[in-house]
Amino acid sequence: MSATIAPAPLAEILPPVIRRGRVRTFLRRHPTAALGGALIAAMVCIAVFAPWLGTVDPTAIDPIHRLADPSTRHWFGSDMLGRDIYSRTLYGARISLLVGFSVAFFASAAGTLVGVTAGFVRLADSILMRIMDGLMSIPPILLAIALMALTRASVQNVIFAISVAQFPAISRLVRGIVLSLREQPFVEAAIASGTRLPRLIWRHILPNTMAALLVQATFTCASAMITEAILSFIGAGTPPIIPSWGNIMAEGRALWEIKPYIVFFPAAFLSVTVLAVNLLGDGLRDALDPRLAKRL
Amino acid sequence: MTPLLEVTDLRKHFPLHGGVLGRVTGQVHAVDGVSFAIARGETLSLVGESGCGKSTVGRAILRLTKPTAGEVRLDGERLDTLPDAQLRRLRRRMQVVFQDPFSSLSPRMKVREILAEPIRNFGLARGAALEARLAALLDQVRLPRDALDRFPHEFSGGQRQRIGIARALAPEPDLIVCDEAVSALDVSVKAQIVNLLAELQDALGLALLFISHDLAIVEHLTHRVAVMYLGKLVEVADRRSLFAAPFHPYTRALLSAVPVPDPTAKRERIILSGDVPSPIHPPPGCRFHTRCPFVFDRCRTEEPAMRQVAPGHQAACHLPMGM
Repeated sequence: MSATIAPAPLAEILPPVIRRGRVRTFLRRHPTAALGGALIAAMVCIAVFAPWLGTVDPTAIDPIHRLADPSTRHWFGSDMLGRDIYSRTLYGARISLLVGFSVAFFASAAGTLVGVTAGFVRLADSILMRIMDGLMSIPPILLAIALMALTRASVQNVIFAISVAQFPAISRLVRGIVLSLREQPFVEAAIASGTRLPRLIWRHILPNTMAALLVQATFTCASAMITEAILSFIGAGTPPIIPSWGNIMAEGRALWEIKPYIVFFPAAFLSVTVLAVNLLGDGLRDALDPRLAKRL
Repeated sequence: MTPLLEVTDLRKHFPLHGGVLGRVTGQVHAVDGVSFAIARGETLSLVGESGCGKSTVGRAILRLTKPTAGEVRLDGERLDTLPDAQLRRLRRRMQVVFQDPFSSLSPRMKVREILAEPIRNFGLARGAALEARLAALLDQVRLPRDALDRFPHEFSGGQRQRIGIARALAPEPDLIVCDEAVSALDVSVKAQIVNLLAELQDALGLALLFISHDLAIVEHLTHRVAVMYLGKLVEVADRRSLFAAPFHPYTRALLSAVPVPDPTAKRERIILSGDVPSPIHPPPGCRFHTRCPFVFDRCRTEEPAMRQVAPGHQAACHLPMGM
């Protein structure tokens, strides 16, 4: 019954692992993701280095030069109080990015927690998912407005409100992935070889949800930035004293027909940033798709 | 002497939900009263067509699914009623090798982590002893030692199956359930893996529960065979006895369907007509009576019990001996 088997000639089959040039390959294969990433990096630089980019105090009032058209003195013009739109727009990037990234992080964390719990505890599943259904039945912006109405306007509360509005969708996604992973033979093999539940989740489940979660987080980030701008625009978000893109647009709204640049510049920045995040998300989805993974 | 594994009247029914409120509207009788035993160092093959419940038997033994009823004993100790925490201790002694070599290895773990996990889980070795154990495991399954720092996707199907076998061997089990372990492999690789399993069994004194639909492989590897049809065993026999003189009509039909590598060979083919009945409403009496070429009245009403038809050869059929 027993026969001698030659060792499998592994080295002949496998080329040496290539690590160098992986970044370059990624950029070539996914130019949109690269473009999105570059734009986001630029926006982060703008936010971080705003004080050094030729700006003045974004809240400084200069009534003599109010409603100035774009010029060398006010690159993007000035608003009805004479505040410099260029400086305000650059500082506004801080709020948008802070809210976008924070919401993406907190919504992912909360969504993962709820999703994994629902995926593993049957009783919790039906209860948690009905609550998530309830939250998802309210349009996210309405839910965020309602939550903001309960609290004081502040950036933290905006982040909290938008996170609450966004995380049910992530929890659904994670729950679905967890349920399908639980049926995978490698997870069953891990259970059969005595892996305890915490380690099973940490080593076998979570790493395999990361790809989808990362993609979902980028879209959540983009939609959080838009929601933040909407909340600010209608006066239910970031306090008006803080220059956020939504606030600047809200202030420019009344003058929109005679001084369109007050609305135009923050709107253009918001559009470009959201587009960049979405491009990155699309690129990541393609890059992390297991069906396309072999090409990478 | 108690057998290593003893399965008594194992049943697994899956509830069917339907209607607006998701009420239970029926039961799929996936496994419906299966009993067998495996001795130390013995290979028992569980064969049958797809959907007959053979994989569910394996999963129920490993408690990857909870049996509805029946007993599973490992060395006399009941597994099916043990709480999870105590079951974990016994899991060391029974491991599993799955069919699909691609989905059975975690894609984001290196081979080192995959093989070390069961060893760490049971606290069997650490540090230098762990490294030595990993190297020994790779030698046992004939993989080069530099495989440790690679990811599963860098290997071929056959090599992945070797990794899967190494993982099953890692905690030094007494029993390995091979659930269609070679069905997904190419013929040449299949032979290598089957020979490897046979060799490891000889060397380590392993008991194997070899779940398969491939009778040619089973004949090559096994000591005993259990034939399953629609959730029940219809025949259990020594390899020689079963392949030489199958008793149950279903076993005869199965054996007649095995291709013979000789185009001139003439033999009697038994072609079964009709489909396998639904496991939701299994037929009364003998489950095979709807397709049996030798069916008579008693088969439709009375369920045949397992009985001895030859030394070491049992079958569940009403047909008189010598038919």
